[in-house]
Amino acid sequence: MVELSGSKALMHTLEKEGVDIVFGMPGGANLPMYDELIQTNIRHILVRHEQSAAHMADGYGRIKRKPGVCFATSGPGATNLVTGICNAHMDSSPMVAITGQVPTSMIGKDAFQECDIMGMCTSITKYCFQPRSAVEIPEMVKKGFYIAQSGRPGPVLIDIPKDVQQEIAEIKFPEIIKVRGYSPHIDPNIEQVGKAVELLLNAERPMIMAGGGVHISGAFHELQALAEFLMIPVVTTFKGKGAFPENHPLALGPIGMHGHVEANKLIVDADVLLAIGARFSDRSVGKFDEFGQRMKIIHIDVDPAEIGKNKSVDAPVVGDVKASLRVLLKMITKRIAKKEDKSTWIKHINEVRDDVYSNFKDHPREMTARKSLKKLRELLPPESIVTTEVGQCQMWTSLFFDILQPGTFFSSTGLGTMGFGFPASIGAKAAKPEVHVVDIAGDGSFNMTENSLAVSVNDNLPVIVFLMNNYSLGMVAQWQRFFYDRRYIGVDLKGGPDFVKIAEAYGAQGIRAQSIDELDKAIKVGLKSDIATVIDILIDPEEDVFPFVVPGTGLKDMITAA
Amino acid sequence: MWNIISALVENKPGVLFRVSNMFRSRNFNIESLSVGPTEQSDLSRITVTIDTEEHVIEQIVKQLRKLIDIVDVTQLTIDNTVYRELALLKLKVDDSDSRMEIINLTNIFRGKVVDNSKGSIMIELTGKPDKIDAFWSLVEHYGVIQLARTGVSALPRGAIYE
Repeated sequence: MVELSGSKALMHTLEKEGVDIVFGMPGGANLPMYDELIQTNIRHILVRHEQSAAHMADGYGRIKRKPGVCFATSGPGATNLVTGICNAHMDSSPMVAITGQVPTSMIGKDAFQECDIMGMCTSITKYCFQPRSAVEIPEMVKKGFYIAQSGRPGPVLIDIPKDVQQEIAEIKFPEIIKVRGYSPHIDPNIEQVGKAVELLLNAERPMIMAGGGVHISGAFHELQALAEFLMIPVVTTFKGKGAFPENHPLALGPIGMHGHVEANKLIVDADVLLAIGARFSDRSVGKFDEFGQRMKIIHIDVDPAEIGKNKSVDAPVVGDVKASLRVLLKMITKRIAKKEDKSTWIKHINEVRDDVYSNFKDHPREMTARKSLKKLRELLPPESIVTTEVGQCQMWTSLFFDILQPGTFFSSTGLGTMGFGFPASIGAKAAKPEVHVVDIAGDGSFNMTENSLAVSVNDNLPVIVFLMNNYSLGMVAQWQRFFYDRRYIGVDLKGGPDFVKIAEAYGAQGIRAQSIDELDKAIKVGLKSDIATVIDILIDPEEDVFPFVVPGTGLKDMITAA
Repeated sequence: MWNIISALVENKPGVLFRVSNMFRSRNFNIESLSVGPTEQSDLSRITVTIDTEEHVIEQIVKQLRKLIDIVDVTQLTIDNTVYRELALLKLKVDDSDSRMEIINLTNIFRGKVVDNSKGSIMIELTGKPDKIDAFWSLVEHYGVIQLARTGVSALPRGAIYE
């Protein structure tokens, strides 16, 4: 036991948790913790807006598979984190957000920069804490890290009043903590797995639907081993994109609103679906009632509340994805020998896929989203990390950019946060500086958090912004084209900035690409560069994203062309 | 389907908010809710009654289990549960005849008169919610000035702890 301030106790605990980097911005109510941050070896990345701090911590956390940490002051600092915290919550991304709060004596008095951030964040965090004395800090922070990264990960908020940061007290650092109302299910129930095995072994047309849980659990190897052993084709949800190498013969790509045509077509033909770490979101499966009416569903998930939430299933398996797949695979390999790829189902899969590819017609224009993304794929090393903004750029990535190495892709899939990709890519670069990181962006989204260019340049975290610029809110425009008889409103971004000059103004480099040749050169320059590169790629504002499953309809009703 | 969910929760500030906020944010409707201390000083019991479909109840129980401050959740089997609610009813009385009628009814329902004032009478009644409903409907025509109900408290029968 030692006499310490609350802030010092916080820093000790963060160091003990292995925190090496914090994204944040100081202000009145968190000055004491910043003053102690100086004394540590923790690297501080100063953001230009707290929303970006949360997104950076999110991107960092997804790559490291441990909580990213962000700091903000009370009031507006804390509320600016909210979008980023909610984004992490929707995508089950581990994060610890630490906010300053007005002194305890001022709480409830509507003090300057006071905000009930605990109240605001209750439904968008896994848990939130507010220590009322310095002695509580080590245990709360340790619990916070444990909760954020175990089971189904998520964000945890720790809101520390200023006087608690300053209070000097005899502080103990617990080695072991216990949260009695929280015990994540890790190992699956053998009986449940047994049922899943029977269904899989008796299936004629099995299909795997891999979700974000495969990324979170790092079960890439197990997934591939199972698919190859039983010769099961694999679709992914959008969050599961890249959980399975997309150039693999069994890969059919993402399903969903803008999923691959072959994936959407074939999943409805399956007789047994193995859903792994997926939550049957409306964007993935379309109309809930219509999806999977004629198939048996096996659902593996670490979160028991996901079983039966959107879709009732035939064989639930509650457990960590990796642990569950290991047990499943072990039971199956004991029963049968590896299957050959001669089944009529695999033949059918290959026929449908070949048919889709041979009938695909790209736009005759030289520069299209697809052609640009194919060029990027050609030049980008497979181990590079790719993230996206939200909208058409994101869905084009889903359709036309294959992830070759599992675990190298993430996006704001649940909340759909415009402005997420760029700061998140900086967070990912901080987590893994040795690989290239690319944010596939649109102009609308990039505009929202482009001030993170300052962070990228000053903190030496160079990323490539692959900006598909159609000077419009393209996805909204597409919906107005489709559902509102081309009555456009609020989608024209023609007054938007010259992104080359924007990049240069921040000390980054901007390159405009108006042809595939120029794009080829620009990507090569970006890959060699040690500062951030914004490649401004001009895209036709009328270019749509197809296929398109209209909300409220089933996957089989997808529209494949205008 | 009418159901009672009983939850043991950490006895600390903000827990009731987390529980009720979960119901609100996921669009589940609470019929009644009561909170009180238990035999363990660091735990409280929250008893919730809901009237909804079976699969929704299952989802409510799972979402409650997910809350970190909730230590245990049980969906009680109505047949094997003792459940009671307390109600206070303040009725308008204009003459001694109606006062006598109300007192008679109260005795039949094994209630208690807890306040006699000029122009009003207050009844305390304990029982299953439908008993309270039945009494209420019998005395409603006298004029109910105020009504307060506690919501249901419940425990399973027998020596087995949940």
